[in-house]
Amino acid sequence: MAPILEIRNLDVRFSTPDGEVHAVKNLDLAVGEGECLGVVGESGSGKSQLFLGAMGLLASNGRATGSVKYRGDEILNISQNRLNKIRGSTITMIFQDPLTSLTPHMTVGAQIMEALRAHQNVSSGEAEKRTLEILDLVRISEARQRMDQYPHELSGGTRQRVMIAMATVCGPDLLIADEPTTAVDVTVQAQILDIMRDLQKELKTAIVMISHDMGVIAGMADRVQVMREGEIVEAGPVDEIFYRPKHTYTKTLLDAMPRLDRPMREGHVGLSPLSTISADQQLLNVEDLKVYFPIRSGGFLFRKTKPLRAVDGVSFRLRQGETLGIVGESGCGKSTLARAILKLAPKSDGKVVWCGRDVTFSNDAEVRALRKEFQIVFQDPLASLDPRMTIGESIAEPLRSLKPELSADAATQEVRAMMQHVGLEPASINRYPHEFSGGQNQRVGIARAMIVKPKLVICDEAVSALDVSIQSQIVDLILKLQAEFNMSLIFISHDLSIVRQVSHRVMVLYLGRIVELADRHAIYEDPRHPYTRALISAVLTPDPKAERSKSHDRLVSELASPLDTRAQLAFLKSHMIDDADAEQYRPQLQEVAPGHFVAEFDPE
Amino acid sequence: MIATGASIQNAEVMMRAQVVQGRSLWVDARNRLLRNRAAVASMVLLGIIALMALFVPLFWPYAYNAVDYDHISCAPDWWPEESVMCRAGGLHIFGTDDLGRDLFVRILYGARISLAVGLAATLVSLFIGVTYGAISGYIGGRLDEFMMRFVDILYSLPFIFFVIILMVVFQQNFFLLFVAIGAVEWLTMARIVRGQTLSLKQKEFIEAARAAGVGTFGIIRKHIVPNVVGPVIVYVTLTIPTVILSESFLSFLGLGIREPLTSWGVLIKDGADQMESASWTLVFPAAIMAITLFCFNFIGDGLRDALDPKDR
Repeated sequence: MAPILEIRNLDVRFSTPDGEVHAVKNLDLAVGEGECLGVVGESGSGKSQLFLGAMGLLASNGRATGSVKYRGDEILNISQNRLNKIRGSTITMIFQDPLTSLTPHMTVGAQIMEALRAHQNVSSGEAEKRTLEILDLVRISEARQRMDQYPHELSGGTRQRVMIAMATVCGPDLLIADEPTTAVDVTVQAQILDIMRDLQKELKTAIVMISHDMGVIAGMADRVQVMREGEIVEAGPVDEIFYRPKHTYTKTLLDAMPRLDRPMREGHVGLSPLSTISADQQLLNVEDLKVYFPIRSGGFLFRKTKPLRAVDGVSFRLRQGETLGIVGESGCGKSTLARAILKLAPKSDGKVVWCGRDVTFSNDAEVRALRKEFQIVFQDPLASLDPRMTIGESIAEPLRSLKPELSADAATQEVRAMMQHVGLEPASINRYPHEFSGGQNQRVGIARAMIVKPKLVICDEAVSALDVSIQSQIVDLILKLQAEFNMSLIFISHDLSIVRQVSHRVMVLYLGRIVELADRHAIYEDPRHPYTRALISAVLTPDPKAERSKSHDRLVSELASPLDTRAQLAFLKSHMIDDADAEQYRPQLQEVAPGHFVAEFDPE
Repeated sequence: MIATGASIQNAEVMMRAQVVQGRSLWVDARNRLLRNRAAVASMVLLGIIALMALFVPLFWPYAYNAVDYDHISCAPDWWPEESVMCRAGGLHIFGTDDLGRDLFVRILYGARISLAVGLAATLVSLFIGVTYGAISGYIGGRLDEFMMRFVDILYSLPFIFFVIILMVVFQQNFFLLFVAIGAVEWLTMARIVRGQTLSLKQKEFIEAARAAGVGTFGIIRKHIVPNVVGPVIVYVTLTIPTVILSESFLSFLGLGIREPLTSWGVLIKDGADQMESASWTLVFPAAIMAITLFCFNFIGDGLRDALDPKDR
């Protein structure tokens, strides 16, 4: 059977001010009728540029050479007009960020119809009918109303579904999906992958799935190509690649991927057991913490303010040397909670007790003294470093402001020692963040947080922005440092697999409230709350057979607006008052087993 | 403990080893700027003009205020027009003006004044504007509201009225020109810096600095100001020509520099008065000023391209 898309000797080069970058090196690839090809690789492997190059969508400084054949016809470097006939009708693409890929000033319906009418000669009535059908197919509820909405009115998951609808409305032969689920939550990711799988079955569309996530590939692909530095290092059927990988790089990738079903990290630094001596030492005691942001709404004169309940009554304790994992989807208040504890965000109510001392109402000077004891590692390593400062200056900054008694030489000395400790060459002390990779910059971020020897470090999605292989190195580093300094950690992540590996206890947040809090094993082996269960079932494992046999009991509802007071009661509808502004009942935590707390929910 | 004995020793070994010098964003920007031909040519040209303005009058045979009644409004020897009243001869390469003064040296004196006013007023506006904008933007809230409304009020004062009143009250004081122009130019600077600060404030590294215990003014000084320098420097190079133009405009109205001192504005005004009989008195000052303004604008463009973070 002839392949739909055949790529031969494709070479993509970019000329940059710093010299030529050879992104894709002499690469061959073919996609057959109706199959799903997974292309997996870490950032910078050239997996996106490969297809952008093939479709003539390279940035202006890029150049593609070689041959790309669509059903036998050469399409590489042909005129834009001819390309446009193919792009968007028979070969379509979906990108990572659905918000930037949609035009903000056009309604969703108009955009889909535009895609349809640009390629097919249909009447406006017919176009509307087809659009409705396709929106139904990607399971967008109330499709008629959605058509008249603008992209910013939709949630991230719905937007991505609109993108899929737009890409499939013309009935393409080939759909190229470039990291389609990277920007969305796990539960939404599961839904989107389901939709794509169904589309592939119903419409017989071939799919190219580009992803860095082995889990996504395992569930979708028939064949897999592993890319690294612009070359294909291994290719084969999905089961071959996952169960009998030959190339060491493929093995590294599979090995580095955190797995929910394997909480112990073989061959890596393990979680240090809680020492019994420190077991009674309460380091942090948070009681009924609330963070509300006033949101203005309504007209010009009679404006109302409504509280946005980012964190709504969270209580927990943390012991010396313990790691508490906080998981939840975006918008559940996990970052706000961390910032409120660190006093980087104003809190509205509640109590924070630090080492037996109530620090709820500390003034600025006291807060600065506290900063020596708790520190934070941020998500985006590059954004959290001042681009105009050398990394040495950045690491030294907490020392300078929190320990001013230290001489400049002593501070430099400590910075160098710390750099070595986190695996950075001390000789690169005068380098700048943009000269480093993401992993190295995250090491700088960690060094900076650890240099004042804090008792508590909050890792706010500290490894989420990194490639899997780097991710596992950074997790190793964090665990190593924790064991050495006997620190407590609050590890915030949307990735349940990592949280399970590094945390002693895990807290699941939903719209600013705890729904479940338990020991790391209990929460995965014996999840009680339906939300926790949905989260766990949505996690992908790099195991094709397990993924294929997975039952798809997905959370159907979208994450509701935190402005709506009813939203918190999504799992306890029996207590709900049907009014978006009413003061509602809050589900209370109940201890179902020693140390295992679950919020009330309606039995199904 | 972090610093175990071994690691301290290691660190000392490393201390002696060669430290890698980082490549800062400034170095990158400079390299990009130096690759921009128009900007480099402009910088060279501007440098030549500035150096000439500084040094040539020191040894030039004619003084800027030496009146010569034998050569009133004489064209330079090479002037192509046939019907001129007289030829200046000697080293009067740009001819003479209506009092027989050497035009070349007067243009250089004018360059001194115009460039000095441009630089000084820009520095005044830079200093006030950056401080004001960064504080207003970073602290925010009521203070921001108040500070920005104050800027709005100043904006709505008519500039020319403001300067005329100043000039009338304090007589024509040379120093006041700097103050008057600087006092108006800082408003836009403050707005630009405030806008930049507002977006910087959202960045994670500012939050990281707060978590590191850096105080408010430490953050403004160490993190905000160095990061707004990029856009500000571009604006500065575009402000200098504006200021030079304002000064020329005021001088043109007779409110600026007084005889026998001169500036480009004064020279152009005098030249315009007699452009029918002695066109060179208009052409030369106007050409030099236009070239200078061109240079500043090219440099500003070059800097903007060089500092554009999207390039990275």
